[in-house]
Amino acid sequence: MFHYKSLAELSSALHAKQVSSIELTEAFLGRIERFKQLNAFITVDRERALAQARVADKRISEGKAGPLTGIPVAHKDIFCTDGMLTTCASKILSNFVAPYDATIIARFKEAGAVILGKTNMDEFAMGSSNENSYFGPVKNPWDQAAVPGGSSGGSAAAVAGGLAPAATGTDTGGSIRQPAAFCGITGLKPSYGRVSRYGMVAFASSLDQGGTLVRCAEDAACILNVMAGFDRRDSTSVDLPVPDYTQTLGHDLKGLRVGLPKEFFGEGLNTEVGQAIEQAIAEYKKLGVEVIDVDMPNCNLAVPCYYVLAPAEASSNLARYDGVRYGYRASAYTDLLDMYKKTRSQGFGAEVKRRILIGTYALSAGYYDAYYLKALKLRRLIAEDFKRAFERCDVIAGPTAPTTAFRLGAKVDDPVAMYLNDIYTIPVNLAGLPGMSIPAGFDGTGHPIGLQLIGQYFKEPRLLNVAHRYQQVTDWHNKIPKGFE
Amino acid sequence: MEWEAVIGLEVHIQLLTNSKMFSGASARYGAVPNTQACAVDVALPGVLPVMNVEAARMAVKFGLAIGAKINHHSVFARKNYFYPDLPKGYQISQYELPIVQAGHVDIEVDGVSKRIGVTRAHLEEDAGKSLHEDFHGLSGIDLNRAGTPLLEIVSEPDMRSTGEAVAYLKKLHELVRYLEICDGNMQEGSFRCDANVSVRPKGETKLGTRAELKNINSFRFVERAIAYEIERQIDVCEGGGTVVQETRLYDPNKDETRSMRSKEEAHDYRYFPDPDLPPLEFDDEFIREVAKTLPELPDAKRERFMREYALPAYDAGVLTATHEMANYYEETVRASGVDPKLAANWVAGDLAGYLNKENRTIAESAVSAPMLSGLLRRIADNTISGKIAKDVLDAMWNGEGDADSIIEKKGLTQITDTGAIEKVVDEILAANSKQLEQYRSGQEKLFGYFVGQVMKATAGKANPKQVNDVLKRKLRG
Repeated sequence: MFHYKSLAELSSALHAKQVSSIELTEAFLGRIERFKQLNAFITVDRERALAQARVADKRISEGKAGPLTGIPVAHKDIFCTDGMLTTCASKILSNFVAPYDATIIARFKEAGAVILGKTNMDEFAMGSSNENSYFGPVKNPWDQAAVPGGSSGGSAAAVAGGLAPAATGTDTGGSIRQPAAFCGITGLKPSYGRVSRYGMVAFASSLDQGGTLVRCAEDAACILNVMAGFDRRDSTSVDLPVPDYTQTLGHDLKGLRVGLPKEFFGEGLNTEVGQAIEQAIAEYKKLGVEVIDVDMPNCNLAVPCYYVLAPAEASSNLARYDGVRYGYRASAYTDLLDMYKKTRSQGFGAEVKRRILIGTYALSAGYYDAYYLKALKLRRLIAEDFKRAFERCDVIAGPTAPTTAFRLGAKVDDPVAMYLNDIYTIPVNLAGLPGMSIPAGFDGTGHPIGLQLIGQYFKEPRLLNVAHRYQQVTDWHNKIPKGFE
Repeated sequence: MEWEAVIGLEVHIQLLTNSKMFSGASARYGAVPNTQACAVDVALPGVLPVMNVEAARMAVKFGLAIGAKINHHSVFARKNYFYPDLPKGYQISQYELPIVQAGHVDIEVDGVSKRIGVTRAHLEEDAGKSLHEDFHGLSGIDLNRAGTPLLEIVSEPDMRSTGEAVAYLKKLHELVRYLEICDGNMQEGSFRCDANVSVRPKGETKLGTRAELKNINSFRFVERAIAYEIERQIDVCEGGGTVVQETRLYDPNKDETRSMRSKEEAHDYRYFPDPDLPPLEFDDEFIREVAKTLPELPDAKRERFMREYALPAYDAGVLTATHEMANYYEETVRASGVDPKLAANWVAGDLAGYLNKENRTIAESAVSAPMLSGLLRRIADNTISGKIAKDVLDAMWNGEGDADSIIEKKGLTQITDTGAIEKVVDEILAANSKQLEQYRSGQEKLFGYFVGQVMKATAGKANPKQVNDVLKRKLRG
């Protein structure tokens, strides 16, 4: 049984010929079929996956394999994959077959990884529960009446349920970390600019960052080794050397300063979540870290700031879905304007439309200064909060989300309550810092709790090590939901 | 009441880069529709723009040439609107911080020079083309042009007449071709102009309400559209009405402008900084590098031609209209070694006549500078007369070879042997005794008749001056 093995274990099994990539791929395809009711995948292309597995097996037998060769990976349906549907979980792209590979897809292919399928998500990555998908909601393997979180809910559920050993995701305001927390797995959002955005369908360009959802920090390091790197096709990607992220794992934490922002432990934080985080901090103290309090005075404004900037960018980024060149077009219309209106009214879901409207309003003449410009200023202040905090500590820790996974449908009628799910993750995107969520316990109903770790710019090696050391002394990340053993 | 027109121009020039402003697709004109549109130009989901550095270099070159401030830090912004030939639903342009600011262009109208301010010049991408004919009631979209780099050059409202507007436009047109940043082809749309026109009572300092004129893509249309619009606005004002702010389209067939959309119907473009593109930043070194590529500019060249070749202003103007023309002239002077004024007469006169007739540029001239030099040398050394030279040039233009071989083949060498000329003169006088008698009895205007007869007998080859001298001497007889 390989479905809950780490990537390193899978890789050595492949290299030792204990299992072939074909067998491994078949096994995961079998589980995807078996746990279809999770609705974690939008597209599974069995033949394509097996063909890639066959090539990988050949590479392995020829001794030309790397650490990810032959390992099946699931990709959020936001990454363009040549010749496959790339829908962004939207009706408007429900028929869109990408004619090119996103940079990160090309990198996985080069590494010899197998594309297992495309995972479900909130439409255009807008949502925190995966209920905004044209293809229906995803269920949380820990409690199928609960949401998996979002927007990378399909990727999170797939990894938590053992349907994929690893998955990619994107994080604009918490879309990797929050579902990782809700599904009891490890999620990594790298620094803005670390992973190419080329071929990743844009939601809010200045905040979007690709990353990964996996079983442990070590796996995250393996995946980041493949994903990270400068891409001349993405002008916002950063030309910094890419270290081997697995090499710094296991370094001693003695003397490391961990900052706790008191703003992350205030009103709205579920008591059980708060307690779990305190226990995790106690665990870290045993590892020799120094814990200090830090101030993030502007972080309480992160949510309103984000809900101006992200929709503003989205309103422009989503203008290209107009029914003219590709994607869904309304079947009956009287003229051009009518075609636009009908196509976009029918093609976008309610949450996407809400954000397009908010963003359009925020950028309109007469409102730009009051909303967009003001939000930009706030963003700078929040980044400065982090800068000041990092003068006194090396890593910031706190809860990933204020609660654990909630029931499906519980918040669909209350957008603001839904938005507040991302209260602790959003500031990290606004600042462009790297962040992780790692499993740190369960609440009384058996729903997983996530510990958020925030690192300094491009200090992913340290961040991953801090997560890894915790996972060496705890086993929350090894827990498996009932029925998925 | 006396009225004054106030005119400002917005000129879009297509930059002569190989690839597009934000993609690697070719920016060449005239390809089969939609064959030069890559994933970025079509705005597929997930694609991102990457700035073409060559376009920035050209913008800086332009800025330096008009004495403008070059912004070391400029910002790309999105201009949002829906249109089928605008694939992203927004155009990437520059809004608050353009790359070039506060320059000027000097013009001259009727001998009076004037400085026209250039407010700004900014980089942006072009849209595609919508084709409304030949699609059975539907529209065709060609995205070959989508993403082509443009520099939008915005003037101050400094012009007061159609003459000044056209002079400014021509000056810009000349300049961008000199700088080799635009081919200036107005028919293909690589040099396009919109005009902002308003009128006000003479002496008033406040600006009147302006109308923006579109679709004026030739010098003639610019002149006619602005002239019409000034008249229209004066009529409105004098009729007691008020001019409304609007965009008006020029109809060249009816020679009038008509309202396209009012201020109320104007788009709210929702400009904001493009988050896909970091601000465009460069240092002094970059500007210095670009400055090294600046050619001698038209005004400087014109003055140098007047000084160095002792040419009148008119000749210098014609010869420096394009830098290709100027290079041709200078090469001719150098290669022929003849009097620069003689060379100027032939390049700006006869040769320019051929070019105009066949609508060719100097680069497409059938007679090259070395070939023309060969002809000028034969005029200077008296091998042929100026009149015969015109025939030789015609033969050269028609591909019959170089000057010397045409002169030899057609036996056009001038007769300069005085003895031979005297012999012909004697024969003419003997054969025209009646006219000789009349001449000697006072009808001196018959002198021309004798010259004509001699030239006819020598097939135009006799040296005209010598014929005159010999005839005068013999007629005095």
